[in-house]
Amino acid sequence: MSAIPSNLRYTKSHEWVLDNGDGTVTLGITDHAQQALGDVVFVELPEVGQELASGEEFGVIESVKAASDLYAPLGGEVVAVNESLEDAPETVNESPYEDGWIAKLKLSDADALDALLDADAYGAVVDAED
Amino acid sequence: MTQLNKTPLYDLHLELGGKMVPFAGYEMPVQFPLGVKKEHEHTRQACGLFDVSHMGQVLIHGPAPAEALEALVPADIVGLPAGMQRYALFTSEEGGILDDLMVVNAGEHLYLVVNAACKEQDISHLRTGLGSDYRVEVVDRGLLALQGPAAATVMQRLCPSACELVFMQHGRFSMEGVEVWISRSGYTGEDGFEISVPAEHSDALARRLLAEAEVEAIGLGARDSLRLEAGLCLYGHDIDATTTPVEAGLIWAIGKPRRRGGERAAGFPGADLILHQVAAKDHTRKRVGLLGEGRAPVREGAELFSADDVKVGVVTSGGFGPSVGQPVAMGYVAIEHAEAGNQVFAEVRGKRLPMTVTKTPFVTPGYHRG
Repeated sequence: MSAIPSNLRYTKSHEWVLDNGDGTVTLGITDHAQQALGDVVFVELPEVGQELASGEEFGVIESVKAASDLYAPLGGEVVAVNESLEDAPETVNESPYEDGWIAKLKLSDADALDALLDADAYGAVVDAED
Repeated sequence: MTQLNKTPLYDLHLELGGKMVPFAGYEMPVQFPLGVKKEHEHTRQACGLFDVSHMGQVLIHGPAPAEALEALVPADIVGLPAGMQRYALFTSEEGGILDDLMVVNAGEHLYLVVNAACKEQDISHLRTGLGSDYRVEVVDRGLLALQGPAAATVMQRLCPSACELVFMQHGRFSMEGVEVWISRSGYTGEDGFEISVPAEHSDALARRLLAEAEVEAIGLGARDSLRLEAGLCLYGHDIDATTTPVEAGLIWAIGKPRRRGGERAAGFPGADLILHQVAAKDHTRKRVGLLGEGRAPVREGAELFSADDVKVGVVTSGGFGPSVGQPVAMGYVAIEHAEAGNQVFAEVRGKRLPMTVTKTPFVTPGYHRG
Protein backbone atom coordinates (compact mmCIF):
# COMPACT_ATOMS: atom_id res chain seq x y z
CA MET A 1 0.00 0.00 0.00
CA SER A 2 1.21 3.48 -0.80
CA ALA A 3 2.07 6.06 1.84
CA ILE A 4 -0.70 8.29 3.18
CA PRO A 5 0.66 11.85 3.47
CA SER A 6 0.68 12.95 7.11
CA ASN A 7 0.11 16.64 6.33
CA LEU A 8 -3.41 16.00 5.00
CA ARG A 9 -6.78 15.26 6.58
CA TYR A 10 -9.14 12.62 5.23
CA THR A 11 -12.73 11.41 5.05
CA LYS A 12 -14.10 7.90 5.20
CA SER A 13 -15.31 8.45 1.64
CA HIS A 14 -11.66 8.76 0.51
CA GLU A 15 -11.32 12.50 -0.04
CA TRP A 16 -8.23 14.33 1.22
CA VAL A 17 -8.10 17.93 2.48
CA LEU A 18 -5.07 20.21 2.66
CA ASP A 19 -5.26 23.17 5.04
CA ASN A 20 -3.83 26.11 3.11
CA GLY A 21 -3.58 28.13 6.35
CA ASP A 22 -5.57 31.08 4.97
CA GLY A 23 -9.08 29.87 5.65
CA THR A 24 -9.13 27.82 2.44
CA VAL A 25 -8.55 24.14 1.82
CA THR A 26 -7.60 22.16 -1.28
CA LEU A 27 -9.25 18.79 -1.78
CA GLY A 28 -9.00 15.73 -3.94
CA ILE A 29 -9.34 11.96 -3.76
CA THR A 30 -6.80 9.66 -2.16
CA ASP A 31 -4.36 7.33 -3.86
CA HIS A 32 -6.39 4.41 -2.52
CA ALA A 33 -9.53 5.87 -4.12
CA GLN A 34 -7.92 6.40 -7.52
CA GLN A 35 -6.54 2.86 -7.48
CA ALA A 36 -9.94 1.43 -6.65
CA LEU A 37 -11.61 3.50 -9.38
CA GLY A 38 -9.14 2.62 -12.10
CA ASP A 39 -8.45 4.85 -15.09
CA VAL A 40 -10.31 8.13 -14.64
CA VAL A 41 -11.92 9.33 -17.88
CA PHE A 42 -14.01 12.26 -16.67
CA VAL A 43 -14.29 14.58 -13.69
CA GLU A 44 -17.42 16.66 -13.25
CA LEU A 45 -16.20 19.72 -11.36
CA PRO A 46 -18.29 22.01 -9.16
CA GLU A 47 -18.87 25.64 -10.13
CA VAL A 48 -16.73 28.39 -8.65
CA GLY A 49 -18.94 30.34 -6.24
CA GLN A 50 -21.05 27.31 -5.39
CA GLU A 51 -21.84 26.96 -1.65
CA LEU A 52 -21.39 23.43 -0.37
CA ALA A 53 -22.69 21.92 2.84
CA SER A 54 -20.50 19.33 4.55
CA GLY A 55 -21.25 15.91 3.07
CA GLU A 56 -22.99 17.37 0.00
CA GLU A 57 -22.38 15.81 -3.40
CA PHE A 58 -20.39 18.29 -5.44
CA GLY A 59 -19.10 16.38 -8.43
CA VAL A 60 -18.54 13.03 -10.05
CA ILE A 61 -15.49 11.04 -11.04
CA GLU A 62 -16.01 8.57 -13.85
CA SER A 63 -13.55 5.80 -14.48
CA VAL A 64 -13.58 3.26 -17.25
CA LYS A 65 -15.56 1.11 -14.83
CA ALA A 66 -18.08 3.30 -13.02
CA ALA A 67 -19.19 6.69 -11.82
CA SER A 68 -18.48 7.73 -8.22
CA ASP A 69 -19.88 10.75 -6.46
CA LEU A 70 -17.62 13.26 -4.75
CA TYR A 71 -18.72 14.48 -1.31
CA ALA A 72 -17.70 17.78 0.25
CA PRO A 73 -15.56 16.93 3.28
CA LEU A 74 -16.35 20.35 4.76
CA GLY A 75 -18.83 23.16 4.21
CA GLY A 76 -17.75 26.25 2.30
CA GLU A 77 -17.67 28.19 -0.93
CA VAL A 78 -15.89 26.81 -3.99
CA VAL A 79 -13.15 29.35 -4.80
CA ALA A 80 -11.23 27.41 -7.45
CA VAL A 81 -11.54 24.21 -9.48
CA ASN A 82 -8.82 22.29 -11.28
CA GLU A 83 -9.84 23.00 -14.85
CA SER A 84 -6.89 21.03 -16.24
CA LEU A 85 -8.83 17.88 -15.29
CA GLU A 86 -11.34 18.63 -18.05
CA ASP A 87 -8.72 17.78 -20.66
CA ALA A 88 -6.52 15.48 -18.61
CA PRO A 89 -8.70 13.57 -16.12
CA GLU A 90 -5.99 10.90 -15.87
CA THR A 91 -4.02 13.37 -13.70
CA VAL A 92 -6.20 12.13 -10.82
CA ASN A 93 -4.57 8.70 -11.26
CA GLU A 94 -1.08 10.01 -11.90
CA SER A 95 -0.87 12.57 -9.10
CA PRO A 96 -3.83 12.20 -6.74
CA TYR A 97 -2.35 14.36 -3.94
CA GLU A 98 -0.86 17.15 -6.04
CA ASP A 99 -1.61 17.89 -9.70
CA GLY A 100 -4.83 15.89 -9.46
CA TRP A 101 -6.48 18.18 -6.87
CA ILE A 102 -10.12 18.85 -7.59
CA ALA A 103 -11.30 22.03 -5.88
CA LYS A 104 -10.48 24.70 -3.31
CA LEU A 105 -13.00 25.75 -0.69
CA LYS A 106 -13.23 28.80 1.54
CA LEU A 107 -14.33 27.20 4.77
CA SER A 108 -17.51 28.31 6.49
CA ASP A 109 -16.22 26.83 9.76
CA ALA A 110 -12.44 26.49 10.09
CA ASP A 111 -12.75 24.35 13.20
CA ALA A 112 -14.52 21.64 11.21
CA LEU A 113 -11.11 20.55 9.90
CA ASP A 114 -10.33 19.03 13.27
CA ALA A 115 -13.20 16.62 12.93
CA LEU A 116 -11.62 14.95 9.87
CA LEU A 117 -9.45 11.86 10.04
CA ASP A 118 -5.70 12.12 10.34
CA ALA A 119 -3.38 9.91 8.28
CA ASP A 120 -3.29 7.12 10.89
CA ALA A 121 -7.06 7.01 11.25
CA TYR A 122 -7.52 7.05 7.48
CA GLY A 123 -4.94 4.26 7.14
CA ALA A 124 -7.11 2.19 9.47
CA VAL A 125 -10.14 2.85 7.24
CA VAL A 126 -8.22 1.65 4.20
CA ASP A 127 -6.88 -1.42 6.03
CA ALA A 128 -10.39 -2.34 7.11
CA GLU A 129 -11.51 -2.32 3.47
CA ASP A 130 -8.70 -4.52 2.17
CA MET B 1 -24.41 -18.00 -3.07
CA THR B 2 -23.49 -20.59 -5.64
CA GLN B 3 -19.87 -21.49 -6.14
CA LEU B 4 -18.25 -19.61 -9.00
CA ASN B 5 -16.59 -21.60 -11.76
CA LYS B 6 -12.96 -21.18 -12.68
CA THR B 7 -11.42 -21.31 -16.12
CA PRO B 8 -8.22 -23.31 -16.73
CA LEU B 9 -6.33 -19.99 -16.56
CA TYR B 10 -7.54 -19.05 -13.07
CA ASP B 11 -4.15 -19.58 -11.38
CA LEU B 12 -2.39 -17.68 -14.13
CA HIS B 13 -4.76 -14.72 -13.72
CA LEU B 14 -3.96 -14.55 -10.00
CA GLU B 15 -0.25 -14.84 -10.70
CA LEU B 16 -0.47 -11.96 -13.17
CA GLY B 17 -2.24 -9.78 -10.59
CA GLY B 18 -5.65 -9.94 -12.24
CA LYS B 19 -8.46 -8.28 -10.31
CA MET B 20 -11.04 -11.06 -10.18
CA VAL B 21 -14.78 -10.42 -10.37
CA PRO B 22 -17.82 -12.66 -10.79
CA PHE B 23 -18.94 -12.74 -14.43
CA ALA B 24 -21.53 -15.10 -15.91
CA GLY B 25 -20.95 -17.61 -13.14
CA TYR B 26 -17.15 -17.48 -13.43
CA GLU B 27 -14.40 -15.75 -11.53
CA MET B 28 -12.78 -13.67 -14.26
CA PRO B 29 -10.13 -10.94 -14.40
CA VAL B 30 -11.71 -7.53 -15.03
CA GLN B 31 -8.26 -6.00 -15.36
CA PHE B 32 -4.58 -6.67 -14.83
CA PRO B 33 -2.05 -4.25 -13.27
CA LEU B 34 -1.70 -2.46 -16.63
CA GLY B 35 -5.25 -1.10 -16.19
CA VAL B 36 -8.27 -1.06 -18.48
CA LYS B 37 -7.26 1.92 -20.60
CA LYS B 38 -3.70 0.75 -21.28
CA GLU B 39 -4.90 -2.80 -21.91
CA HIS B 40 -7.34 -1.40 -24.46
CA GLU B 41 -4.67 0.69 -26.15
CA HIS B 42 -2.17 -2.16 -26.13
CA THR B 43 -4.66 -4.39 -27.95
CA ARG B 44 -5.25 -1.71 -30.60
CA GLN B 45 -1.52 -1.07 -31.02
CA ALA B 46 0.10 -4.47 -30.49
CA CYS B 47 -1.56 -7.61 -29.20
CA GLY B 48 -3.73 -8.70 -26.29
CA LEU B 49 -4.42 -12.17 -24.92
CA PHE B 50 -7.94 -12.73 -23.58
CA ASP B 51 -9.18 -15.71 -21.61
CA VAL B 52 -12.62 -16.50 -23.04
CA SER B 53 -12.70 -20.04 -21.72
CA HIS B 54 -15.92 -19.24 -19.86
CA MET B 55 -17.74 -19.34 -23.18
CA GLY B 56 -19.49 -22.55 -24.15
CA GLN B 57 -17.86 -24.70 -26.82
CA VAL B 58 -20.26 -27.21 -28.29
CA LEU B 59 -20.07 -29.80 -31.07
CA ILE B 60 -23.12 -31.02 -32.94
CA HIS B 61 -22.82 -34.53 -34.32
CA GLY B 62 -25.36 -36.28 -36.49
CA PRO B 63 -26.68 -36.52 -40.03
CA ALA B 64 -26.63 -33.19 -41.94
CA PRO B 65 -26.20 -31.08 -38.78
CA ALA B 66 -26.30 -27.81 -40.76
CA GLU B 67 -29.89 -28.44 -41.89
CA ALA B 68 -30.84 -29.39 -38.36
CA LEU B 69 -29.34 -26.25 -36.81
CA GLU B 70 -31.22 -24.07 -39.29
CA ALA B 71 -34.39 -25.00 -37.36
CA LEU B 72 -33.05 -22.85 -34.50
CA VAL B 73 -31.18 -19.99 -36.21
CA PRO B 74 -32.01 -17.73 -39.18
CA ALA B 75 -28.45 -17.86 -40.51
CA ASP B 76 -27.53 -19.70 -43.69
CA ILE B 77 -25.74 -22.70 -42.18
CA VAL B 78 -26.29 -25.14 -45.06
CA GLY B 79 -24.44 -22.71 -47.31
CA LEU B 80 -21.53 -22.32 -44.89
CA PRO B 81 -18.48 -23.91 -46.51
CA ALA B 82 -16.29 -26.31 -44.53
CA GLY B 83 -13.60 -24.42 -42.64
CA MET B 84 -15.68 -21.25 -42.34
CA GLN B 85 -17.24 -19.54 -39.35
CA ARG B 86 -20.45 -17.51 -39.32
CA TYR B 87 -22.31 -15.32 -36.80
CA ALA B 88 -25.76 -16.60 -35.85
CA LEU B 89 -28.65 -15.95 -33.48
CA PHE B 90 -30.92 -18.28 -31.54
CA THR B 91 -34.34 -16.70 -32.00
CA SER B 92 -37.47 -17.12 -29.88
CA GLU B 93 -41.02 -17.86 -31.07
CA GLU B 94 -41.77 -14.19 -30.32
CA GLY B 95 -39.01 -13.07 -32.68
CA GLY B 96 -36.58 -12.06 -29.93
CA ILE B 97 -32.95 -13.11 -29.56
CA LEU B 98 -32.15 -15.90 -27.08
CA ASP B 99 -28.39 -15.72 -27.63
CA ASP B 100 -25.84 -14.90 -30.27
CA LEU B 101 -23.20 -17.43 -31.26
CA MET B 102 -20.52 -18.40 -33.73
CA VAL B 103 -20.98 -21.48 -35.89
CA VAL B 104 -18.13 -23.30 -37.64
CA ASN B 105 -18.59 -25.92 -40.32
CA ALA B 106 -15.85 -28.26 -39.09
CA GLY B 107 -16.54 -30.84 -41.79
CA GLU B 108 -18.11 -33.87 -40.13
CA HIS B 109 -19.71 -31.78 -37.38
CA LEU B 110 -20.57 -28.22 -36.41
CA TYR B 111 -18.58 -26.35 -33.77
CA LEU B 112 -20.46 -23.66 -31.86
CA VAL B 113 -19.24 -21.00 -29.44
CA VAL B 114 -21.99 -19.58 -27.22
CA ASN B 115 -22.10 -16.97 -24.47
CA ALA B 116 -21.14 -18.05 -20.96
CA ALA B 117 -24.27 -16.59 -19.36
CA CYS B 118 -26.55 -18.46 -21.80
CA LYS B 119 -24.55 -21.70 -21.97
CA GLU B 120 -26.87 -24.00 -20.01
CA GLN B 121 -29.98 -22.61 -21.65
CA ASP B 122 -28.42 -22.90 -25.13
CA ILE B 123 -27.36 -26.49 -24.59
CA SER B 124 -30.81 -27.58 -23.49
CA HIS B 125 -32.34 -25.54 -26.35
CA LEU B 126 -30.08 -27.39 -28.79
CA ARG B 127 -30.85 -30.80 -27.30
CA THR B 128 -34.59 -30.19 -27.42
CA GLY B 129 -34.60 -28.42 -30.76
CA LEU B 130 -32.35 -30.82 -32.67
CA GLY B 131 -33.95 -34.00 -31.37
CA SER B 132 -32.54 -37.40 -30.62
CA ASP B 133 -30.77 -37.89 -33.96
CA TYR B 134 -28.16 -35.35 -32.89
CA ARG B 135 -25.56 -35.46 -30.15
CA VAL B 136 -24.75 -32.15 -28.48
CA GLU B 137 -21.27 -32.48 -27.03
CA VAL B 138 -19.93 -29.84 -24.65
CA VAL B 139 -16.16 -29.97 -24.97
CA ASP B 140 -13.76 -29.34 -22.10
CA ARG B 141 -11.46 -26.89 -23.78
CA GLY B 142 -10.00 -23.52 -23.01
CA LEU B 143 -10.51 -20.63 -25.43
CA LEU B 144 -7.82 -17.98 -25.88
CA ALA B 145 -8.29 -14.89 -28.03
CA LEU B 146 -5.13 -13.32 -29.43
CA GLN B 147 -6.17 -9.93 -30.77
CA GLY B 148 -4.48 -6.94 -32.31
CA PRO B 149 -2.37 -5.83 -35.26
CA ALA B 150 0.60 -7.87 -33.98
CA ALA B 151 -1.44 -11.08 -33.51
CA ALA B 152 -0.34 -12.46 -36.87
CA THR B 153 3.31 -11.64 -36.14
CA VAL B 154 3.08 -13.67 -32.95
CA MET B 155 1.16 -16.48 -34.63
CA GLN B 156 3.78 -16.61 -37.39
CA ARG B 157 6.32 -17.71 -34.76
CA LEU B 158 4.14 -20.27 -33.00
CA CYS B 159 1.85 -21.65 -35.70
CA PRO B 160 2.72 -20.18 -39.11
CA SER B 161 0.17 -22.22 -41.02
CA ALA B 162 -2.67 -20.53 -39.07
CA CYS B 163 -1.59 -17.22 -40.63
CA GLU B 164 -2.98 -18.47 -43.94
CA LEU B 165 -6.48 -18.18 -42.52
CA VAL B 166 -8.42 -15.08 -43.50
CA PHE B 167 -11.19 -13.42 -41.50
CA MET B 168 -13.84 -15.95 -40.40
CA GLN B 169 -11.90 -18.99 -41.58
CA HIS B 170 -11.26 -21.86 -39.20
CA GLY B 171 -9.01 -24.88 -39.05
CA ARG B 172 -7.25 -27.49 -36.94
CA PHE B 173 -3.56 -26.97 -36.29
CA SER B 174 -0.76 -28.15 -34.09
CA MET B 175 0.63 -25.54 -31.73
CA GLU B 176 3.33 -26.35 -29.17
CA GLY B 177 2.62 -30.00 -29.92
CA VAL B 178 -1.07 -29.76 -29.07
CA GLU B 179 -4.05 -29.97 -31.41
CA VAL B 180 -5.76 -26.60 -31.44
CA TRP B 181 -8.76 -25.26 -33.34
CA ILE B 182 -8.11 -21.76 -34.60
CA SER B 183 -10.43 -19.25 -36.17
CA ARG B 184 -9.41 -15.86 -37.53
CA SER B 185 -11.95 -13.79 -35.67
CA GLY B 186 -12.55 -12.07 -32.38
CA TYR B 187 -14.49 -9.48 -30.46
CA THR B 188 -12.26 -6.40 -30.61
CA GLY B 189 -12.50 -5.11 -34.18
CA GLU B 190 -8.85 -6.06 -34.70
CA ASP B 191 -7.22 -8.83 -36.67
CA GLY B 192 -6.74 -11.85 -34.47
CA PHE B 193 -7.26 -15.47 -33.67
CA GLU B 194 -9.43 -17.46 -31.32
CA ILE B 195 -7.63 -20.59 -30.20
CA SER B 196 -9.50 -23.54 -28.72
CA VAL B 197 -7.13 -25.73 -26.76
CA PRO B 198 -7.71 -28.79 -24.53
CA ALA B 199 -8.31 -27.58 -20.96
CA GLU B 200 -5.19 -29.26 -19.60
CA HIS B 201 -2.94 -27.49 -22.13
CA SER B 202 -4.56 -24.05 -21.84
CA ASP B 203 -2.33 -22.69 -19.10
CA ALA B 204 0.90 -23.69 -20.86
CA LEU B 205 -0.24 -22.24 -24.18
CA ALA B 206 -1.32 -18.97 -22.55
CA ARG B 207 2.07 -18.66 -20.83
CA ARG B 208 3.83 -19.40 -24.13
CA LEU B 209 1.85 -16.64 -25.88
CA LEU B 210 2.46 -14.19 -23.02
CA ALA B 211 6.20 -14.85 -23.34
CA GLU B 212 6.12 -13.09 -26.71
CA ALA B 213 7.14 -9.45 -26.35
CA GLU B 214 4.05 -8.09 -28.12
CA VAL B 215 1.52 -9.88 -25.92
CA GLU B 216 -0.14 -8.57 -22.75
CA ALA B 217 -2.90 -10.22 -20.73
CA ILE B 218 -6.17 -8.30 -21.10
CA GLY B 219 -9.18 -8.34 -18.78
CA LEU B 220 -12.92 -8.09 -19.27
CA GLY B 221 -12.93 -4.30 -18.82
CA ALA B 222 -10.90 -3.66 -21.95
CA ARG B 223 -12.72 -6.46 -23.76
CA ASP B 224 -15.91 -4.47 -23.25
CA SER B 225 -14.52 -1.11 -24.40
CA LEU B 226 -12.86 -2.76 -27.43
CA ARG B 227 -16.02 -4.54 -28.57
CA LEU B 228 -18.10 -1.40 -27.99
CA GLU B 229 -15.81 0.68 -30.22
CA ALA B 230 -16.01 -2.13 -32.78
CA GLY B 231 -19.83 -1.85 -32.73
CA LEU B 232 -20.28 -5.46 -31.60
CA CYS B 233 -23.31 -6.39 -29.51
CA LEU B 234 -23.10 -7.73 -25.98
CA TYR B 235 -25.85 -10.24 -25.31
CA GLY B 236 -28.08 -9.30 -22.38
CA HIS B 237 -27.36 -5.63 -22.98
CA ASP B 238 -27.58 -4.62 -26.65
CA ILE B 239 -29.64 -7.63 -27.67
CA ASP B 240 -31.94 -9.90 -25.68
CA ALA B 241 -35.27 -11.73 -25.85
CA THR B 242 -37.13 -8.42 -26.25
CA THR B 243 -35.15 -7.21 -29.30
CA THR B 244 -35.68 -8.64 -32.77
CA PRO B 245 -32.77 -9.16 -35.18
CA VAL B 246 -34.19 -6.40 -37.39
CA GLU B 247 -34.47 -3.88 -34.55
CA ALA B 248 -30.93 -4.84 -33.54
CA GLY B 249 -29.59 -4.07 -37.02
CA LEU B 250 -28.56 -7.70 -37.46
CA ILE B 251 -30.44 -8.37 -40.71
CA TRP B 252 -27.13 -9.57 -42.13
CA ALA B 253 -27.35 -12.52 -39.71
CA ILE B 254 -30.47 -13.69 -41.56
CA GLY B 255 -29.17 -15.62 -44.55
CA LYS B 256 -30.60 -14.77 -47.98
CA PRO B 257 -31.85 -18.37 -48.50
CA ARG B 258 -33.79 -18.07 -45.21
CA ARG B 259 -35.69 -14.95 -46.21
CA ARG B 260 -38.98 -14.77 -48.09
CA GLY B 261 -38.52 -16.18 -51.57
CA GLY B 262 -35.29 -17.95 -50.56
CA GLU B 263 -34.60 -21.66 -51.11
CA ARG B 264 -35.02 -22.46 -47.41
CA ALA B 265 -37.23 -19.56 -46.39
CA ALA B 266 -38.36 -19.37 -42.75
CA GLY B 267 -38.27 -22.56 -40.65
CA PHE B 268 -36.71 -20.93 -37.56
CA PRO B 269 -38.42 -19.72 -34.37
CA GLY B 270 -40.17 -16.37 -34.78
CA ALA B 271 -39.77 -16.49 -38.59
CA ASP B 272 -43.18 -14.94 -39.30
CA LEU B 273 -42.52 -11.78 -37.34
CA ILE B 274 -38.82 -11.51 -38.21
CA LEU B 275 -39.26 -12.05 -41.96
CA HIS B 276 -42.21 -9.66 -41.95
CA GLN B 277 -39.95 -7.02 -40.39
CA VAL B 278 -37.18 -7.76 -42.90
CA ALA B 279 -39.60 -7.20 -45.80
CA ALA B 280 -41.88 -4.45 -44.46
CA LYS B 281 -39.29 -2.56 -42.40
CA ASP B 282 -42.14 -1.46 -40.13
CA HIS B 283 -40.20 -1.90 -36.88
CA THR B 284 -40.47 1.14 -34.64
CA ARG B 285 -37.02 1.26 -33.05
CA LYS B 286 -33.48 0.50 -34.07
CA ARG B 287 -30.11 -0.10 -32.46
CA VAL B 288 -27.71 2.72 -33.28
CA GLY B 289 -24.23 3.90 -32.39
CA LEU B 290 -24.05 7.12 -30.39
CA LEU B 291 -21.05 9.42 -30.20
CA GLY B 292 -20.88 11.85 -27.29
CA GLU B 293 -19.22 15.22 -26.97
CA GLY B 294 -16.74 16.22 -24.30
CA ARG B 295 -15.61 13.48 -21.96
CA ALA B 296 -18.56 12.47 -19.80
CA PRO B 297 -19.36 8.80 -20.48
CA VAL B 298 -22.99 7.90 -21.09
CA ARG B 299 -23.67 4.48 -19.66
CA GLU B 300 -26.18 1.68 -19.98
CA GLY B 301 -29.66 2.73 -18.85
CA ALA B 302 -29.33 6.43 -19.71
CA GLU B 303 -32.54 7.66 -21.33
CA LEU B 304 -32.42 9.46 -24.66
CA PHE B 305 -34.52 12.48 -25.55
CA SER B 306 -35.21 14.48 -28.67
CA ALA B 307 -34.48 18.22 -28.84
CA ASP B 308 -38.16 18.85 -28.06
CA ASP B 309 -37.93 16.78 -24.85
CA VAL B 310 -39.70 13.61 -25.98
CA LYS B 311 -38.19 10.34 -24.77
CA VAL B 312 -36.95 8.56 -27.87
CA GLY B 313 -34.78 5.74 -26.58
CA VAL B 314 -32.33 4.24 -24.13
CA VAL B 315 -28.61 3.45 -24.00
CA THR B 316 -27.78 -0.28 -23.78
CA SER B 317 -23.96 -0.07 -23.61
CA GLY B 318 -21.75 2.92 -23.16
CA GLY B 319 -18.53 4.30 -21.84
CA PHE B 320 -15.52 6.32 -22.78
CA GLY B 321 -13.87 4.99 -25.94
CA PRO B 322 -10.12 5.14 -25.34
CA SER B 323 -9.25 4.83 -29.05
CA VAL B 324 -12.07 7.09 -30.23
CA GLY B 325 -11.18 9.66 -27.55
CA GLN B 326 -14.85 10.41 -26.99
CA PRO B 327 -17.78 8.87 -25.18
CA VAL B 328 -19.25 6.04 -27.28
CA ALA B 329 -22.48 4.16 -26.75
CA MET B 330 -25.06 1.92 -28.37
CA GLY B 331 -28.75 2.08 -27.75
CA TYR B 332 -32.20 1.83 -29.21
CA VAL B 333 -33.95 4.90 -30.59
CA ALA B 334 -37.31 5.44 -32.26
CA ILE B 335 -36.88 4.76 -35.97
CA GLU B 336 -37.49 8.40 -36.95
CA HIS B 337 -34.40 9.36 -34.91
CA ALA B 338 -32.19 6.50 -36.09
CA GLU B 339 -30.59 8.17 -39.08
CA ALA B 340 -26.84 8.79 -38.86
CA GLY B 341 -26.14 12.42 -38.03
CA ASN B 342 -29.32 12.88 -36.01
CA GLN B 343 -28.82 14.45 -32.61
CA VAL B 344 -30.37 13.12 -29.42
CA PHE B 345 -29.79 14.02 -25.77
CA ALA B 346 -28.80 11.56 -23.07
CA GLU B 347 -29.92 12.27 -19.53
CA VAL B 348 -26.96 11.92 -17.17
CA ARG B 349 -27.33 13.12 -13.57
CA GLY B 350 -30.09 15.53 -14.49
CA LYS B 351 -28.19 17.04 -17.42
CA ARG B 352 -28.92 16.50 -21.11
CA LEU B 353 -25.76 15.59 -23.00
CA PRO B 354 -25.86 15.80 -26.80
CA MET B 355 -25.06 12.62 -28.71
CA THR B 356 -24.90 12.07 -32.44
CA VAL B 357 -26.33 8.94 -34.04
CA THR B 358 -23.30 7.40 -35.72
CA LYS B 359 -22.66 4.44 -37.97
CA THR B 360 -20.75 1.67 -36.23
CA PRO B 361 -18.00 0.55 -35.92
CA PHE B 362 -16.55 3.66 -34.26
CA VAL B 363 -13.05 2.49 -35.22
CA THR B 364 -11.83 1.11 -38.54
CA PRO B 365 -11.70 -2.68 -38.25
CA GLY B 366 -8.36 -4.39 -38.80
CA TYR B 367 -9.83 -7.70 -40.01
CA HIS B 368 -7.52 -9.67 -42.28
CA ARG B 369 -9.66 -10.39 -45.31
CA GLY B 370 -6.75 -11.62 -47.41
